[in-house]
Amino acid sequence: MTADMDAQTRRVYLVLLLAPLVVLAFVYLYPLSRVLWLSVTVPTPGFGNYERLLTSSAIQGVIWTTVRICVLTTMLALVIGYAIAYAAVHLRGWRGELLLFFVLLSFWLSVLIRAFAWLTLLQSRGVINTWLMDFGLIDAPLALIRNEFGVVLGMVHYMIPYAALPLFANMRGIDPRLVPAARGLGAGPVQSFLKVYLPMSLPGLISAGILTFIFSLGFYVTPALLGGGKTLMISEYIAVQINDTLNWGLGSMLATTLLLSIFALLAVMSIFVDLRKVFGVK
Amino acid sequence: MSASITLEHVTKSYGRHLAVDDVSLDIPAGRFVTLLGPSGSGKTTLLMMIAGFARATAGRILAGGRDITNEPPERREFGMVFQGYALFPNMTVAENLAFPLKIRGVARETVAQEVKRMLELVHLQSLGGRYPRELSGGQQQRVALARALIFNPKVLLLDESLSALDKKLRAGLQEELRDLHARLGTTFVFVTHDQEEALSMSDEIVIINHGRIVQSGAPKALYNGPRTRFVADFLGRANFIEGTVSSVSGQDFSYAAGGQSLRQALPTGAPAPGLGGTVSLALRPEKLQVLGEPVPAANAVPAEIIRVTYEGADYHIRATTPLGPMQAIVPSGMGAAEPAPGDNVWLSWNEDAAVVLADDR
Repeated sequence: MTADMDAQTRRVYLVLLLAPLVVLAFVYLYPLSRVLWLSVTVPTPGFGNYERLLTSSAIQGVIWTTVRICVLTTMLALVIGYAIAYAAVHLRGWRGELLLFFVLLSFWLSVLIRAFAWLTLLQSRGVINTWLMDFGLIDAPLALIRNEFGVVLGMVHYMIPYAALPLFANMRGIDPRLVPAARGLGAGPVQSFLKVYLPMSLPGLISAGILTFIFSLGFYVTPALLGGGKTLMISEYIAVQINDTLNWGLGSMLATTLLLSIFALLAVMSIFVDLRKVFGVK
Repeated sequence: MSASITLEHVTKSYGRHLAVDDVSLDIPAGRFVTLLGPSGSGKTTLLMMIAGFARATAGRILAGGRDITNEPPERREFGMVFQGYALFPNMTVAENLAFPLKIRGVARETVAQEVKRMLELVHLQSLGGRYPRELSGGQQQRVALARALIFNPKVLLLDESLSALDKKLRAGLQEELRDLHARLGTTFVFVTHDQEEALSMSDEIVIINHGRIVQSGAPKALYNGPRTRFVADFLGRANFIEGTVSSVSGQDFSYAAGGQSLRQALPTGAPAPGLGGTVSLALRPEKLQVLGEPVPAANAVPAEIIRVTYEGADYHIRATTPLGPMQAIVPSGMGAAEPAPGDNVWLSWNEDAAVVLADDR
């Protein structure tokens, strides 16, 4: 906003900003707060639902599974995304653009379609198991879904663009002569990467890591389909509480916990990085 | 110790494009050699092959007699100053300078001493704690130079290093670079497209065009004895005269150009041009005199001044003559009458002032 903007223009902008805020407050923030309110009122007023975090081994198991899967997914997506972004930045001419196009292409496929596509490939009578058995490489089908392997595979596949794009933006800002400069000064290829390129790409890695991890925490469709009820993540567990067992208090307690954890995570990260940059505000 | 560099039939092709075409060159140890050429001439590609960042398609590169054609850059022990400097932005000036020493596992106290010594050498004592972005262009340039020299490289390579700086700063750094070269005795290979820079700094200039060496030699010899029209034109300013040889004696010959009869001395040992053949000559504008009357002993052509540009120390004069448009540079400080457009004058030059060019078109 420029300093010489007159008061009337300012007022117009304010009204334009307020209008969507009011709508959001009524149709989103209010219902959300009502749901979250349930966590301290249903079935009885108090923090009984939150006590379950400490006492219920089932809930602790779900949280542990969720954190484990999300950390693994984030790490794998970062490694693969890093490689893709690096290649896209350093390939000459159209090749880099083509690579980026394929990364963006996956944005167009809904998460549901992708999960079903993985099912087709991975289930016991799916494409991969059938081929492997036809070629006589295995006798019995491999367990590729209904376990963490399937869930992580599907989630990593979904998260790669979210990891690759912030890294790509970051790497494009790194002077391509820095690594040659390090080599010229006596550093080998590995040393040049570790001492010069990696530190320069660290802000990108942190941004991509935060985005990927937070997105992963809320995954629902992919774990539900590829985990097949065996590998239970927190979103699916919440859905079960709300839809099936009608345990609304417990479900909304977990939702509140998830939301607050994410805010806490962002608060901690904001000490190390400028969050406005991570989310592209700046 | 500084090392010599030898290129043997070095070629670099990108697909069908020949960036460097069969270049052989000997750079003796301790010399300051400039690779000079227009942009796209292949001079930077040549430097990148010497540095090890580009691999020669054919030919050999030797350093101190040892074949380094396929050696990775980090093993060559050459310092390099990149265009744009390529300082590490996440490190301070001192950390940038320490980088090559830390990589070599030099003890911490020695590193600190060396960094201090280099900072003094490039007059940046107080800036060790700053980050590159907090420095001016000239200071960044000095940091890059210090970083490339701190590990006592055998050769220092400089890629268009001064081009981004303004003229005054550049002149200062040119002097510093010459001083450093004299003090350290390291072989310097400098790439530039700036002919003035090349003339003022180098022991030897290698002129490159279309991926080939066109001519090489000491700055003075090259300026006064260009073999081709390209060299005469690229290195300084020149008038070009086309003529037909009318008579030949032992030391000189006469030729006709634009209806004028002119004489030209031959340097000792130079072959005389064939009678009746065409000759092409280059004539430096500062070797012309602008006179009111013709001088009998020298060449002279009538001219009408069409433009005069005052350049401080000199007047730059453009004139039309029977030989075509010509330019002359005369000193402004001699108290002579100020030349003006429309003046009818004589342009005069001595028999040995012009240079006979090889036919390179």
